[in-house]
Amino acid sequence: MYRYDTYDQTLVDERVAQFKDQMDRYLAGRLGDEEFRPLRLQNGLYIQRHAPMLRIAIPYGMLSAVQLRAMAAISRRYDRSYGHFTTRQNLQLNWPKLEDVPAILAELAQVEMHAIQTSGNCIRNTTTDQFAGIAEDETVDPRPWCELIRQWSTLHPEFAYLPRKFKIAVTGASADRAAIQVHDIGIRLNRADDGSVKATILAGGGLGRTPMVGDIVREDLDWQHLLTYLDAIVRVYNQWGRRDNKYKARIKILVKALGIEEFRRRVEEEWAHLKDGPETLTDSAVTKATSYFPEPERREVSAEAIEAYEALRRENRAFARFVTNNVVGHKVPGYKAVTLSLKRRELAPGDVTADQMDAVADLAEQYGFGELRVTHEQNLVLSDVPVDELETLWKALEELGMANPTVGTLADMICCPGGDFCSLANAKSIPIAQALQDRFEDLDFLYDLGPLDLNISGCMNACGHHHVGNIGILGVDKKGQEFYQVSLGGRSDDNATLGKILGPSFNAEDMPNVIDKVLQVYVEQRLEDEVFVDTYHRIGMKPFKERVYA
Amino acid sequence: MTSARELTDQRQGGVIRQNQLVSEDAWQVVRLDEDGNLTSYQQPALLPLAEWQALVAAGEGSDHLAPWLASDTELTPELGKALVDAPLLAVDFPNFNDGRGYTIARLMRERFGYQGEIRAIGDVLVDQLHYMSRCGISAFALRDDQYVEDALHALSSFSVSYQTGVDQKTPLFARR
Ligand code: HEM
Ligand code: SF4
Repeated sequence: MYRYDTYDQTLVDERVAQFKDQMDRYLAGRLGDEEFRPLRLQNGLYIQRHAPMLRIAIPYGMLSAVQLRAMAAISRRYDRSYGHFTTRQNLQLNWPKLEDVPAILAELAQVEMHAIQTSGNCIRNTTTDQFAGIAEDETVDPRPWCELIRQWSTLHPEFAYLPRKFKIAVTGASADRAAIQVHDIGIRLNRADDGSVKATILAGGGLGRTPMVGDIVREDLDWQHLLTYLDAIVRVYNQWGRRDNKYKARIKILVKALGIEEFRRRVEEEWAHLKDGPETLTDSAVTKATSYFPEPERREVSAEAIEAYEALRRENRAFARFVTNNVVGHKVPGYKAVTLSLKRRELAPGDVTADQMDAVADLAEQYGFGELRVTHEQNLVLSDVPVDELETLWKALEELGMANPTVGTLADMICCPGGDFCSLANAKSIPIAQALQDRFEDLDFLYDLGPLDLNISGCMNACGHHHVGNIGILGVDKKGQEFYQVSLGGRSDDNATLGKILGPSFNAEDMPNVIDKVLQVYVEQRLEDEVFVDTYHRIGMKPFKERVYA
Repeated sequence: MTSARELTDQRQGGVIRQNQLVSEDAWQVVRLDEDGNLTSYQQPALLPLAEWQALVAAGEGSDHLAPWLASDTELTPELGKALVDAPLLAVDFPNFNDGRGYTIARLMRERFGYQGEIRAIGDVLVDQLHYMSRCGISAFALRDDQYVEDALHALSSFSVSYQTGVDQKTPLFARR
C-alpha cells in the first residue's frame, strides 16, 4: 500500500493547518458563507440535513487496518460511532460538529489520511477495481497509476475551480469493475505486445440528471503520456465547459455539444503543447510508484489444504453459499478475495459501526496482510485470504454480521443516504432498501434470480447509480410527496447501458410488490442461465410494464 | 501543525506583489458601462482587451495602458503573441468560482513566455492566492474588505507541491 514520505506528510499537515486557519476565520466572521463554501467542500465538509457531513478520502479504495482503526476512534470521539462507505470508495461521517473538523483532519493526518478534494468542483478521488492487483483477469495493476494520478490531481493549482466536479476511474482488467464508462474520465490500461502499458482514455460519461456513457478520446496512449494527456483534457474542459448553468457544466455536456471528434481535436491540439513536457512520466517514477504495491509475502498453500477446502465446500452448505457468492478467485492459487457484506437489515447499506471497524481491522491483520479495499458497491474486501483460513474467517464474519452470502444478488443493493440524511433528496432511500431486503430475504430465491444489480438514489443526482442498476429506483417528489420511479436494463459493466424508465412512479408501500412483479416476469421469461439484464434486453420493456401496471 | 495565529482586525484592500502590500499602485481598472461605453479614465489604466488592442493598433499604446482579460478570453496563438508586449496583464475573475483565469495565466507564462506582471483582478479571494501564484499570477488586487494579513498568510500555506506549476518546473516524482 502507498506510504507517505516526508513530502506527502508535509503537504497533508500543511493542509490541516490551512483548513484550521480557514475555519478560525470563518468562525470569527471574517470569511463569509459563500467564500468558505468551496474551501470546506474541497476539504470534504458538507452542511447537510441534520448536521455537517465529512467525506474522508480513501484513495482508490485502499485502506489499512491502522487507518480503519483510526476511523473507528474518530467516529466514536466525534460522531455517533459509525461511518458510511460510499459508491466512490470513500467514507462519510454523518454527524461531526463543524468546529471539530480541523481536529478530525489532524487525527486523520496521523494515519496518512485526509479529506482533500472529496467534494467541490475539482478532481475528486480516483477510483478503481476493488480487486486491483489480485484479479485473475488483470493485465495491468492500476494502483500505481492511480497513485500517480492522485498525486498529480492533489491541490492541482489550475484545476481547483473547474466548472463542476470531476471524477476519474481506472481499470486494468478485462472485466470493468470500476464503471469507467460512467465517469468524467475513464481509463482502461492494457499491455502491448512488448509488455509496455497503454491506456485507452474515455471522456464524458456520468450519471446525475443527464446520464451519459463516455466516448473514447484516445486509444493506445503510451504510459509516459498519461498525466500530460489528462492535463490536456481537463484544461480543455476548464476553458470550454459551461459555467452559466451548473446542470450543464459537467464535461459530458461539453463532449456532447462539441461532438467527440471536435472534442478530441481540441484535446489533441492542447496535448501537442504538453506532450513530452515536464509531467511526462518516467521509468523511475513508475518503478517507484509500483514499489509501494509489492506482492505480499504469501505463504504457500499446500495442495492438501486446497483439497480440504474443496471438501469443506462440498460438505457444508452454509459455507458453500458464502464462498459461491462472497469469495472470488485470485491470481495466486490457494488464495481468494473475500467480500465483507455491508448489506444487512439492521444497518443502512454501506454503514459500519465503530466496533465493526475495529473488528474488521483485526481480521485484515489476521487474514489479509493488514489491508482492505472499499468497493463501489459499498462493501469491503479482504484481498489475500489463504483458502485454509477461509472457514475461520467466515465464522468471524458471521459474528460481525458481515457474512451475508448475498454479494452480487438483489440483496446487495447500492443505496444513497437519501432523505434520511441528504438535504438534496426528493425521497427516502434507506427504508426502500430495507423493505426490499425484508421482502426478498429467502436465499434460495435470491440465488435463483442470479446476479442482479439493484440501485437506489433519493434524487436525480444519482449518488446510488440508479441509472446503471439492472433495476434502478429513483426517489421523486410530487407536490411534496415522496414517490419512486423504476428503471430497467441499466448496467455498469463493459457494456455500460443506462436503464429505461418503466412508467409512472409508485408509492413507497408499493415498491416491494412492484419489484416482485418485475422479477416474476423475468423468472417466467428467462432462457436457461440467462441473467436478468439480458432477459430484459431480449424481451424489452413491454412485458414488464404490462405486468406491473395491470 | 502550526499553532493558530493571532487575527488582528485591519481590513484593507490594495495590491499585493512579492509577498508585500504595495502602498502606491495607481493602475485603475476600467470597465465598460451598461451601454458598452468606456468610462473615462486616467492613466495608468487597465482597459478591456478590445479597447486596448484598438489603441495599440492605432499607435496609441503606451507603458501606462494595459489590457485586462475576461475569463472567457480565447488565447489564440495570435493573441498570445500580441499580449507579450503589454506592460502589465490583468486577468479578471468575474466570480471566484470561475477558474478559467488560472489557465489563462499559465498559458501566458508557459506557452507565450510573458515576463511582466500578471495581476488578478475582480473577485479574488484570499484563499485562492496560493493556486494563483502557482499559475504565474504575480500580483493580486484585493477588495477593500479583505485582510492583507490573511492574504500574505495564504500565500505561504504550502512548502510542497506534487505537480508542476509556473513556480516549479519539475514534478515531485522527478525530485524525490
Ligand atoms: C449526503 C450527502 C451528499 C450530497 C449532498 C451529494 C450530492 C451530490 C450531487 C449534487 C450530485 C450530482 C452531481 C452532478 O450534477 O452530476 C451527486 C452525484 C453523485 N454522488 Fe453524491 N451526494 C451525497 C452523498 C453521496 C454518497 C453517500 C454517495 C455514495 C454512496 C455519493 C456518490 C455520488 C455519485 C457516485 C454521484 C454520481 C456522479 C456522476 O454524475 O457520475 N454521494 N452527489
Ligand atoms: S442521490 Fe440525491 S438524495 Fe441521494 S445522496 Fe445523492 S444528492 Fe442525496
